[in-house]
Amino acid sequence: MSDDSSKEDVSIVICGEAGQGIQTVESILVQAIKMGGYHVFSSKEYMSRVRGGENSTEIRISSQRLNSYVERIDILLALSDGAIDHLNQRITSETLILGDEKNLKSVTEYDTITIPLFKSAEELGGPIFSNVIVAGVISRVLNISSEIFNEIITRMFSRKGEKIVEKDLEAGKKGHEIGEQLVKSGKIKIQLTKDPQIKYELLLSGTEAVGLGCLAGGCNFMSSYPMTPSTPLQMFMAQNGVEFDLIFEQAEDEIAALNMSIGAFYAGARSMIATSGSGFALMEEAVGLSGMIETPVVIYVGQRPGPAVGLPTRTSQEDLNLTLYSGPGEFARIIFAPGNFEDAFKLSQIAFNLADKYQIPVFILSDQYFAECYYNIPSLDLSDLKIENHIVKTDENYKRYQLTPDGVSPRGIPGFGVGVVVVDSDEHDEEGHITEDLDLRAKMVEKRFTKKMEKIREEVIPPELVGNEDYEILVLGWGSTYGTIKEVVNELDSDKIAFLHFKQVYPLSSDTGKYLKKALKTIIFENNINSQFGNLIKLELGFDIDETVLKYDGMPFSVEEVTNNLKKFLEGL
Amino acid sequence: MDPKIFDMENADVAWCPGCGNFSILSTVKKVLAELEINPEDLVLVSGIGQAGKLPHYVKSNVFNGLHGRSLPPATGIKAVNPELTVIDVSGDGCMYGEGGNHFIHTIRRNPNITNIVHNNMVYGLTKGQASPTTRANFKSNLQVEGVFLEPFNPLSVAIALKASFVARAFSGDMDQTKEILKKAIKHKGYALVDIFQPCVTFNKVNTFEWFRENTYYLEDTHDPSNIGEAFQRAMETDKYPLGIFYVNNDKKTFEENLAVYNKNKSPVYKRKVDLNKLETLINSKRSI
Repeated sequence: MSDDSSKEDVSIVICGEAGQGIQTVESILVQAIKMGGYHVFSSKEYMSRVRGGENSTEIRISSQRLNSYVERIDILLALSDGAIDHLNQRITSETLILGDEKNLKSVTEYDTITIPLFKSAEELGGPIFSNVIVAGVISRVLNISSEIFNEIITRMFSRKGEKIVEKDLEAGKKGHEIGEQLVKSGKIKIQLTKDPQIKYELLLSGTEAVGLGCLAGGCNFMSSYPMTPSTPLQMFMAQNGVEFDLIFEQAEDEIAALNMSIGAFYAGARSMIATSGSGFALMEEAVGLSGMIETPVVIYVGQRPGPAVGLPTRTSQEDLNLTLYSGPGEFARIIFAPGNFEDAFKLSQIAFNLADKYQIPVFILSDQYFAECYYNIPSLDLSDLKIENHIVKTDENYKRYQLTPDGVSPRGIPGFGVGVVVVDSDEHDEEGHITEDLDLRAKMVEKRFTKKMEKIREEVIPPELVGNEDYEILVLGWGSTYGTIKEVVNELDSDKIAFLHFKQVYPLSSDTGKYLKKALKTIIFENNINSQFGNLIKLELGFDIDETVLKYDGMPFSVEEVTNNLKKFLEGL
Repeated sequence: MDPKIFDMENADVAWCPGCGNFSILSTVKKVLAELEINPEDLVLVSGIGQAGKLPHYVKSNVFNGLHGRSLPPATGIKAVNPELTVIDVSGDGCMYGEGGNHFIHTIRRNPNITNIVHNNMVYGLTKGQASPTTRANFKSNLQVEGVFLEPFNPLSVAIALKASFVARAFSGDMDQTKEILKKAIKHKGYALVDIFQPCVTFNKVNTFEWFRENTYYLEDTHDPSNIGEAFQRAMETDKYPLGIFYVNNDKKTFEENLAVYNKNKSPVYKRKVDLNKLETLINSKRSI
């Protein structure tokens, strides 16, 4: 980072070992930055271990809205011996490296600035205080007032008692002093425009945006089995359970989790589960059950690289096919893949209405990158929020699977009305009892798949077009790549290029073909090796996308990667 | 109440003539009638197997789910609406084999449901293979040299987990079975009733006659609150005791443990989302 930097945004990376408290630094700083009047975005990459290794968190600060990851590092806080090696590919001569002498002594290829982190921490009582000192340094460098910083520290550590708060305030003060010296020495100069309104905005993670949407959707039952990166959503729902009349139960395994949630929806709840790749694989049989007995359920899949255990703490978009084809047999389903928090909230809310309306499983596809990133947004719209009621009171002649023109039979629940509600995983007649009447079987298949899908296709959430409507080049993406591709396409600022983002990936919007045919050339970005979404487009529309950019190393696409690939693509035309 | 209320007039019953399931079916209907449980307030939950078909032959709400997976939905149903009577009907393969993990953890969870397991020591629906409770040396089309696995003992497992109600009955004695089932359904908490039931087609070893000769009732002096004694009796396999082995009245049910029912007893499905609370939660994300 050059001295006279007047960049629009700054990328700060904090790198250290697991257990050092990097997440604490992140939590303090994202709050401080937002409350200080800047836009903030953070994302993290970490190893699947509780101690040691090398983990890093990127925090972007800007006077513009942000929702994307960059490779560029303007300021690196190296808190471990291995930090420089770990991030070597991202460090340039422009990167300002800060750290304690202890961790930087063997670094020869870069200029570094040493700060007395450990000595200061020792003076306060131990290395544990170094994370608050680091937060204090950054906070000062970013010109965030001590009042804001101290308030954050006080709130965050109050649970731990007055003494700890006092120590941490001192640590923050020490950090501020170190930061002050850095600024005065002219070694770091950051000038970003503040907007005082930002402090009134919401600061959320992708997980919280989904969780709030699920609560808004009337979710009142969740059973799940912990698995990264879906566990944070389970925690969010469990912790809000009492306040929102929601039952959360940790099941003995994923199989129990989904079967239990389906039972809950059958009895009148609005239920969901959260899981990831291998955990979801265990649930597949029950996805078929939901399809067969036409009992709704909402399924959140936080994707991570597979197969099997894969890379537990990293990101991917590898499980579109898994969700799309999950469960034996054929039945209707809907798959959402939000790319920003507003959509995550809205789609999660709608997921419950649609599951209930069509009596099907509805999927929300997320991933580690999306679930664990934080940024600020102005608000979440509650104005058109509606929890639709799709339950009927049964009478004596009630038939759970009454054949209707649109394939949807009025859904009763046990104990509401005088009728009985019979659901069966065997092929069944209109009453719900086992049948081997093959003509009826064919009708039931059409009911569960064709007829429902016809209606579902009428209300698909359309893809979002970013950029000029008279584009020649169309960039395609789905789910969590939204922010990064959008930033690049906006930055390129060309009339010729537009970005089409899919937040509903199945079924596809009927507009899709129109958008694709209008383009002279098309290119798709996906976090998998097969271009699963590109293949789905080919399957559904017979359309060949010209270029695929596929990434499957466990990291999200960066702004630079998307930019370089797009430029290369444009040059080759 | 007349047991006929539970009759399904047009039911096409798929069991073999002479099957032990018939007497269980008529006993279940009698029990429900004597306990005055209305069909619309009753949910019969089952998995797959011959026992799993029983709910189809009773007028009731029915959740006939997946093989081995009946207990999780039964738990979910009871949690969402504790006003319902929930009875899980499974076979030995479904409950102790495919669903073994759910069997263990549902006992720990202790929902107020009744778990009836038809135990005929053989797989009926798939035509004659060994089940988890099949005794040693039983030969089948898959166990061609005879069974050598230790038979699963559901009662001792349940007692070891301090299940709240553990009993065994024999379908050849409808009167006693009826009394045991009534107590199980009335019991607050998870109640296991393992019912010996001969498979007339695929188990030529454990016949009506065999069960009659190899079972006896626990004495009136048996104390079901004594877990040590209960366990000891459950371990007897030379001749199998019948009756109520163990009752634990001190356990809170799953539903009672759920925070949503602490102050408000109405089933969760009847409650509406409080949008003001949601707005407050969202706005809390504006401040630190």
